[in-house]
Amino acid sequence: MRLNPKISEKIAFALIGVSISIVIFAVTVILYYIISNGYSAISWSFLTEMPRSRMTEGGIFPAIVGTITLIIGSMLAALPLGILAAVYLNEYSKPGRFKWTVEMAINNLAGTPSVVFGLFGLALFVRYFGFGPSVIAASLTLAILVIPVIIRSSQEALLAVPMEYRQASLALGITQWQTVKNIVLPAALPGIVTGSILSIGRVAGETAPILFTGAAYFLPRVPSSIFDQFMALPYHLYVLATSGLDITGTRHIQYGTAMVLLLIVLGVNSIAILIRRHYRKKLRL
Amino acid sequence: MVFKRQHKERLLESTLFIVSSITIIILFLICLFLFRDALILFRTESLIDFISGSFWYPTSEPPLYGLLPLLLGSLVVTFGAICISVPLGITSAIYISEIANPKIADFLKPFVEILAGIPSVVYGFFGLVVLAPYIQNLLDLPTGQVALTGSIMLAIMALPTIISISEDAISSIPSSMREGSLAMGATRWQTIYKVVLPAALSGISAAVMLGMGRAIGETMTVMMVTGNAAVIPGMPEGIVESVRTMTATIALEMGEVPMGSEHYHALFAVGSVLFIMTFLINLIADLIKNKYRFKLEGS
Repeated sequence: MRLNPKISEKIAFALIGVSISIVIFAVTVILYYIISNGYSAISWSFLTEMPRSRMTEGGIFPAIVGTITLIIGSMLAALPLGILAAVYLNEYSKPGRFKWTVEMAINNLAGTPSVVFGLFGLALFVRYFGFGPSVIAASLTLAILVIPVIIRSSQEALLAVPMEYRQASLALGITQWQTVKNIVLPAALPGIVTGSILSIGRVAGETAPILFTGAAYFLPRVPSSIFDQFMALPYHLYVLATSGLDITGTRHIQYGTAMVLLLIVLGVNSIAILIRRHYRKKLRL
Repeated sequence: MVFKRQHKERLLESTLFIVSSITIIILFLICLFLFRDALILFRTESLIDFISGSFWYPTSEPPLYGLLPLLLGSLVVTFGAICISVPLGITSAIYISEIANPKIADFLKPFVEILAGIPSVVYGFFGLVVLAPYIQNLLDLPTGQVALTGSIMLAIMALPTIISISEDAISSIPSSMREGSLAMGATRWQTIYKVVLPAALSGISAAVMLGMGRAIGETMTVMMVTGNAAVIPGMPEGIVESVRTMTATIALEMGEVPMGSEHYHALFAVGSVLFIMTFLINLIADLIKNKYRFKLEGS
């Protein structure tokens, strides 16, 4: 017996409807639990105080500062390298073996597990360069993690700049670098900024790469130099939830930390999306 | 003057060239530092014992570094995740690109993207405090921190990858193909099932491979929710038992081993296996994607 095509279409669409509902449900449940429980934990003192009583009371100030330090450190290293690499790949190099190899490397680095980057940071920065577990070792490890992300998004932004801009500039006898610097990069800037902001979200949330490169279990102060250890939000959450002194008693601190982390990452991502939307409208006009 | 300017251009171009090879240099350095520290293990341990050993007891006397329980742990959790996320992801992609009206699709896309932005430690935390107790009650288990909990969390985390890449593949199918099918009197479902999906198959397979790569390399989430018992998972009951993945082993133990010890090098060996596996998975996904690009350009 063959099913009537109309009926089988109805069954199929109903199943697809169920499936997309499950996906929406999953997102909603996760956000609901974190936000509804985290909301009450957050207060001004929670954000600005040091942890107290062996991290069972008090705030998460050093973890917030640590995460911001990591963002700044890794971006200082990754942004110039990533953007310049994208400029070369898009504006200078011709299709060929070199470009193919670079693109293969980008794809593979983007898919390499974050814990492998952690091992690499431990072997290269902590041990080989002798930085020890420190802000600089963790920042450089995170920089290496996001360089492929920045290259990719900057390449996309450069690709979106119309060819005519370059041709007009070159036709006036302006050199290629001047064209890139004065014409192409300014036009691609919104796209590049969007990509960079998205990579900030990634840096803020990563835990595995900083586990062995400098994150401290407990450190009641902000890092004083780039060779100091630090606390960071994601590691703080992990520690409190799995090996803290009072795991079930500090749930509110855990939810609060998760909420702050989520707010930073989603906030940063929304800013990126808004910038993208703003400039897309402008380009259409 | 003109000569000087040309000189400067050349210099800039070669500087940029060196900068752009940074990804190749990084990949090379990762291989070098990972494999170098891993190979030291095999001065004292045999490679065959490492790969086929069924016990991971790094602190016993003598220590045993058998990869098998960790490898199988990773595979069980990843397999479970793929079983859940592939059907959900592909059907969601079909819904977004073929069925939903554009306004709903425009809302759903960034909504799914939220999943990609949530940090893995937050997923782990959610799995630990919400999903694990739920699974424990539901299946009446001694603990909720089992492979299944990890699989569900990883499935959710792999969804945005699978959905967005499958959706790209489906939307790149020329609409003339759909119109041709509909004009022949086929229903929309028949068109999706018999025309669109086969044409998008290689793109969808690449999406599945990349989702798998993401799942196998995920660390914090599995470490927090799968219980981390380093035993070879049974079949099929292993799915509701505690398992320990390769990633979790590295993350859990690296903080406590003395640098340069045998155990330290064993963890680098596990890391190398993980790196090689994800490297191959990404390479295959790349090859599939390129093949499909050529096919569409050729037609």
